[in-house]
Amino acid sequence: MSASAVFAIGVTEENKNLHLIEIPRRAVGPNDVHIDIEYCGMCHSDLHHCRQEWGETKKPSVPGHEIVGRVTAVGSAVTKFKVGDAAGVGCFVDSCRTCAECKDDLIQYCEKGVIGTYGNKTADAPGHTLGGYSQAIVVDQDYVLRIPDNLDLAAAAPLLCAGITVWSPMKHYGVKAGSKVAVLGLGGLGHMAVKFAKAFGAHVTVLSRSPSKSKEALDLGAENVLITSDDAAFKAAARSFDFIVDTVSAEHDLAAYLSLLKTDGTHILVGGSPVPFDLPAFALIMKRIKVGGSLVGGIKETQEMLDFCGQTGIVSEIELVKAGYAEKAWERMLKSDVKFRFVLDIKGSLNKETVVDI
Amino acid sequence: MSTTVYAIGVTEENKNLHLIQIPRRAVGPNDVHIAIEYCGMCHSDLHHCRQEWGETKKPSVPGHEIVGKVTAVGSSVNKFKIGDAVGVGCFVDSCRTCPECKDHLIQYCANGVVGTYGAKTADAPGHTLGGYSQSIVVDQNYVLSIPSNLSLDAAAPLLCAGITVWSPMKHYGVKAGSKVAVLGLGGLGHMAVKFAKAFGAHVTVLSRSPSKSKEALDLGAENVLITSDATAFKAAARSFDFIVDTVSAEHDLASYLSLLRTDGTHILVGGSPDPFKLPAFALIPKRIKVGGSLVGGIKETQEMLDFCGKNNIVSEIELVKAGYAEKAWERMLKSDVKFRFVVDIKGSLGKDTVVDV
Repeated sequence: MSASAVFAIGVTEENKNLHLIEIPRRAVGPNDVHIDIEYCGMCHSDLHHCRQEWGETKKPSVPGHEIVGRVTAVGSAVTKFKVGDAAGVGCFVDSCRTCAECKDDLIQYCEKGVIGTYGNKTADAPGHTLGGYSQAIVVDQDYVLRIPDNLDLAAAAPLLCAGITVWSPMKHYGVKAGSKVAVLGLGGLGHMAVKFAKAFGAHVTVLSRSPSKSKEALDLGAENVLITSDDAAFKAAARSFDFIVDTVSAEHDLAAYLSLLKTDGTHILVGGSPVPFDLPAFALIMKRIKVGGSLVGGIKETQEMLDFCGQTGIVSEIELVKAGYAEKAWERMLKSDVKFRFVLDIKGSLNKETVVDI
Repeated sequence: MSTTVYAIGVTEENKNLHLIQIPRRAVGPNDVHIAIEYCGMCHSDLHHCRQEWGETKKPSVPGHEIVGKVTAVGSSVNKFKIGDAVGVGCFVDSCRTCPECKDHLIQYCANGVVGTYGAKTADAPGHTLGGYSQSIVVDQNYVLSIPSNLSLDAAAPLLCAGITVWSPMKHYGVKAGSKVAVLGLGGLGHMAVKFAKAFGAHVTVLSRSPSKSKEALDLGAENVLITSDATAFKAAARSFDFIVDTVSAEHDLASYLSLLRTDGTHILVGGSPDPFKLPAFALIPKRIKVGGSLVGGIKETQEMLDFCGKNNIVSEIELVKAGYAEKAWERMLKSDVKFRFVVDIKGSLGKDTVVDV
């Protein structure tokens, strides 16, 4: 299949809001898979990127790294996929492939710098990668994932970033059956942390400032909700948890939660908070606790997660929206006004007529 | 029967270390009576007595790197006999029933471990009194056996400085081939270098200036990285599996994290008084962790001592008389010691002791 132009929504130098543009997609090379995108999840990172919050980006900026769709063409050397397969693309489309991290399925930690699905340098026009808020994408087969047939495609999309972002550290740091897990933040990441922890047989408590999300928390499988503004309840919960999964990307006082951990507990940090945390030495020393970060997940690991989801029927809770709603969805995302992830209906609404309302 | 012995400590009337007398309990069925020969000087002793960690009960007698000889044992004691070379570290009791105590993690006892000094006890005067004294009486379960081939005075610092770095290095996984960076070359840091080398790890000492380079290499470090050398520091990015951070003064922890590889661990054992600033993005892009640790349990401390016996590892010390205690503390604050002061209790603590200030 030769190079093509497709419709997408993104931002440009001339127009800082998401709007309809056309972008190039490369010809299908021997190792490539061409995917017609059906749905794309909306991640906070998409917004940070396009609104220049993490620095100036190359234009046009087309975000989206929770991509699902159908394979419509494969290159001559492709063995892993065939036309018609349900496929997904997450946060990466390439990596150096030779460093120790790449060889160890830790591509997200690639020493030379993994190639993100959007905003990273590439040989393809226009010189930087363009993401999944678009009609199609061409990706090397080694970076494409198989979506189990029994999963609803739209609801599976957020697994590719939100899902793997909590799955990976929960596995790595040792969440297992019987673990006592506290989830901080009940958004795209947090709600997946609740689902996975429950599926692992752990006991899950959701930490929340107010009771407004209590019903949802329990419906997702949490056993308890701890209202953090309730001093007496918070104090009584000291030394209760083996893990805190901290998904909060806004500024917050990490150290305030460490009292909830047991001896040898772990505070897993996956939220990209912009302001450094204050961390007192004694908070860590007195209980031998650790604060550990994690960044999405490698391809093999993401496929394991997807296969587990296929076996257990786990997908995300989503609100499916039209492409024209993208900016409004972002505004609501900033207010955490979504249960629990927006997904763009690319197939059903991204085309030459699309107008993004602002 | 209970006794009265000489010690040096601080009181309400006199805030400097000076000669006092303190009670020691009678030897109970499970107790071991130890005539103290040497006691190491730990920074904690100073923080405690100078009220830096809050107001302490008086008299305050510090010292939790205690070595000496058993001079009496209670009727139920089966682990020690008269004449044994023994030690007492940071704890003299714990609740014994919580999961931590049952798991040899007494230092994390859920009900509060009983420290060798300054902790509540039924013995007079109501709080524990430490090893800057002529003797101590301790339950056999909290006494350690010192291997006979080790020089007693040089073994004393193993009981706090040694175990404080041994425990997390084992727990967090330092092993043969690990790349370890040691930050701070004092009592804790020099033991970290010795142990890491003994484990077969590759050790680099991180230092602001070249002044300790020779000592670092003599201790077994393969390299010294001068942290003020921006070029060298940059070239060392992603080099280490572990950083053992022993610095108890204020410092910028986050600035060292670039030195860690993917999945690296920054082990924190220095009790820095001010919170660190930790950016989320320092931890997330390399899946690295910052983990604390507090001394070690009795079983673990004994394992360390036995390892030291087999490998002839002790501390590098400067032996001082009891009368030099305050001056030693002043030098300790300036890191002017290679690498731990040890008080010659047997040789210099008696009724005529005068502590120079």
